[in-house]
Amino acid sequence: MNTGHAGRSEHFWSGLSIAAAALVLVPLLAIGWIALTPSGDVWDHLVSTVLPDALATTLLMMAGVGSLTLIIGVGTAWLTTMCRFPGRGLFDWLLLVPLAVPTYIIAFAYVEALDYTGPVQSTLRAVMGFKTSRDYWFPEVRSLGGAILVMSFVLYPYVYLTSRAAFLLQTSSMLDVSRTLGASPLRVFLAIALPMARPAAAVGVSLALMECLNDIGAVTFFGVRTLTFSVYETWLNRSSLGGAAQLAIAMLLMVFALLWVERRARRHQRFNSGHSKQRQPSRIHLNGLAAPAALIACALPVLLGFGVPALILVEMAARRLELFSDPALHRAIGHSLQLAAIASVLTVALSVALAYGLRLRDTPVLRLAIRFSSIGYAIPGAVLAVGILTPLAALDGILGGALRALFGDLSGPLLLGSGVGLIYAYSVRFLAVSYGQIDSGFGKISPHLDMVSRTLGSTAARTLWQVHLPLLKPVLLSALLLTFVDCMKELPATVLLRPFNFDTLATTVFEAASREAFEEAALPALAIVLVGLIPVILLARTSARSFRDATSRRESLASAAASLLDRQDAPAAAE
Amino acid sequence: MKRPWHLLALTALTLLPAAGALPGAASAEELNVYSYRQPYLIQPLLDAFTAKTGITTNVVFSDKGLGERIAAEGENSPVDVMLTVDIGRLAGAKDLGITSPIPMDQLEGNVPAEFRDPDGNWIGLTSRARIVYASRERVEQDSITYEELADPKWRGRICTRSGQHDYTLGLIASMIAHHGEKDTETWLTAVRDNLARKPTGNDRAQVKSIYAGECDIALGNTYYMGQMETNEKDPEQKDWAASVKLLFPNSDERGSHVNLSGVVLAKHAPHRDAALKFISFLTSHDAQAIYAETNFEYPVDPEVPVSERVKSWGTLKPDSLPLHEIADFRKAASEMVDRVGFDNGPQS
Repeated sequence: MNTGHAGRSEHFWSGLSIAAAALVLVPLLAIGWIALTPSGDVWDHLVSTVLPDALATTLLMMAGVGSLTLIIGVGTAWLTTMCRFPGRGLFDWLLLVPLAVPTYIIAFAYVEALDYTGPVQSTLRAVMGFKTSRDYWFPEVRSLGGAILVMSFVLYPYVYLTSRAAFLLQTSSMLDVSRTLGASPLRVFLAIALPMARPAAAVGVSLALMECLNDIGAVTFFGVRTLTFSVYETWLNRSSLGGAAQLAIAMLLMVFALLWVERRARRHQRFNSGHSKQRQPSRIHLNGLAAPAALIACALPVLLGFGVPALILVEMAARRLELFSDPALHRAIGHSLQLAAIASVLTVALSVALAYGLRLRDTPVLRLAIRFSSIGYAIPGAVLAVGILTPLAALDGILGGALRALFGDLSGPLLLGSGVGLIYAYSVRFLAVSYGQIDSGFGKISPHLDMVSRTLGSTAARTLWQVHLPLLKPVLLSALLLTFVDCMKELPATVLLRPFNFDTLATTVFEAASREAFEEAALPALAIVLVGLIPVILLARTSARSFRDATSRRESLASAAASLLDRQDAPAAAE
Repeated sequence: MKRPWHLLALTALTLLPAAGALPGAASAEELNVYSYRQPYLIQPLLDAFTAKTGITTNVVFSDKGLGERIAAEGENSPVDVMLTVDIGRLAGAKDLGITSPIPMDQLEGNVPAEFRDPDGNWIGLTSRARIVYASRERVEQDSITYEELADPKWRGRICTRSGQHDYTLGLIASMIAHHGEKDTETWLTAVRDNLARKPTGNDRAQVKSIYAGECDIALGNTYYMGQMETNEKDPEQKDWAASVKLLFPNSDERGSHVNLSGVVLAKHAPHRDAALKFISFLTSHDAQAIYAETNFEYPVDPEVPVSERVKSWGTLKPDSLPLHEIADFRKAASEMVDRVGFDNGPQS
């Protein structure tokens, strides 16, 4: 029954993946459509005024955040995977913790603490007897430098996560050989490990860069005027949504160019993890001063990216203890969890459909569609939300008409009114986060397995179900959790697309912050961080476990093959 | 192999409660509100409206994009009314074509002609003045003009929020209306160089900066003063408020710049009757008094008195410039802020 259907099922799968790509591409196309509306003199004005500065600021910020996250992420990943020092096991997962802190919250915490009116400078003035800002020098936290530093502290985990996986999967034999040949640990790192981790680190850095490119919350706190700033100003203050969309698309092209340059630079390199037996590489024992140095290097990012902001929030939240029992807060937690759970499952499912479709039939059209759809991450959230509104409202119109014909009067739009719009927005926005991981996960599964499975008569669907998904389990889980955390943190699209009387943790923070009731913003902000912490810790644990399991990879492959052979007769028996 | 079942179970579990959020059949008396105004500011009015009419209200609050949302939703839009701050947003809603004229003769209260759209597409509900907060300790003078902010005597002493914020844009637009683009640009450049720091924070943060000694004068809206003076949750804000006095600029001549908060009736309002009742209620003496007493704003209805607290700050003489002119010059003001590099802070 199976063999004959193989060709058809392939068509089914590529159809499915094209449908998935279309779903994600529609809002981007809508933005493209909006960008076609004439924008008058918007560009003349922008080019002659803020654009050069905004472009320079944006590029500097990306360069700064890119290099800092690269150094912190790859450095700490190398230390925790390849070296032995006190606290290594702890930092292995602690280093992921800042992932739970949204950029707008860490920015707000640091600016509140360090600006002129904050506790640090106030204490300094009281102690030293200074009267005005002219009496002393203090580094300006509301600056490009401040923004780069603070944002890097919460964005480096993307790089840490991806490069850690790469280090763990590297064939230890190559590292061992180079060490036997007398290379110092540093040399091994620079000459072997780093180049091999490059694709993974590039994925992590590009996620971090897209996040800092689309950010509006944090840069507002820092007073750093990036391109995203100009996008919002053009839209809101000059009523030119078309101009704003054009600018957003120009930004996307920039991201596209960056990714292309990176890919091209390593197009002749191959990064297969090879077929040699993989085992936990022997860790380099750090002694002398190197051990405390490694400890400090790992502790600093965790402290600055999580410890300090969490303390600031706890201190503020402690002044509003009555809010802990506020039912509105509990509802918001429920909404956040629910939305993030649904959206992350959907996003991962979309990613699997896309990646598997591409694996079955690699067409240039699909490849291009996927590439475009995963840069939705770089679009400023509120602009993306407007892009989603148009197709969703149209769909609502059709759906509403049909349902009204069937069931009589229904009030309001079904999709936008029920939060489906939010889930859609999250999936479009965070597809990049999950697709990258799942695609590289598929890449590590030998195509021979597919051939074996298909030769044995399994359909494409069953091969996915019985061979790929079990092998992808750790990757799926990690993609799921990472997307979950990102959905929890999402703000700009959530604010605009939510249904009536609907608050999530992020919108609760936003509403409190917009009336400058920072103490009241602190508790929900803390809740985002703490609730986000659970999946982050899960993520750290599962990824650690799955890499321990990497040793038994061959056995799991063997068992997958065996189960295929077993199942070979099962359907017949069932029928 | 268990995993996909977990996945399905998880999806089912999470979708179940979401289904509860689906909109049901239309209930008789409801009102759907999109609001650019913060929930805590409009809640007392919504509560009073529900108490009076039995009509329940549903709200979405956002600081941007609500107009676009209504436009995209088109005929299926569930929204009945949109509440906004700033004359620019009111005029913008009319330009988006999402409004429907409000029949003025059906309104309970009295909205003077200068506070509403000639075609009735929006009406103002409250006005607020853009005034100067000045340090009681470090500023001697008791009157000021906007023009004077360019005086070099203020070098390094002025704080303000972003030049691209609605409120700052409104003020700059009014300067353009009075003095023309060229002179206003010279003025804005000089003000920029008098700034103590890069524009940042909201109006309340400016007062905190004066309190902390970072600057001596700041631009702000009147009602923030009332919110700080009566803030029982953060008593330190009372100290900030006590450290400043309010100067109503240009009181001796054209008057202080005022801006509006207002309401529009959605073109495809599904509960049009309830919407009209609500808008009418907002213009009533009861509602106008709530705005005056709990929000410390100036009611648009001249018959409703301002609160005692607002009265204690001084007398407002509003600039008689037609509000639509401020909306007209908004884009020019926004571009000027970019040209001058106002938000980059002092240059020299």
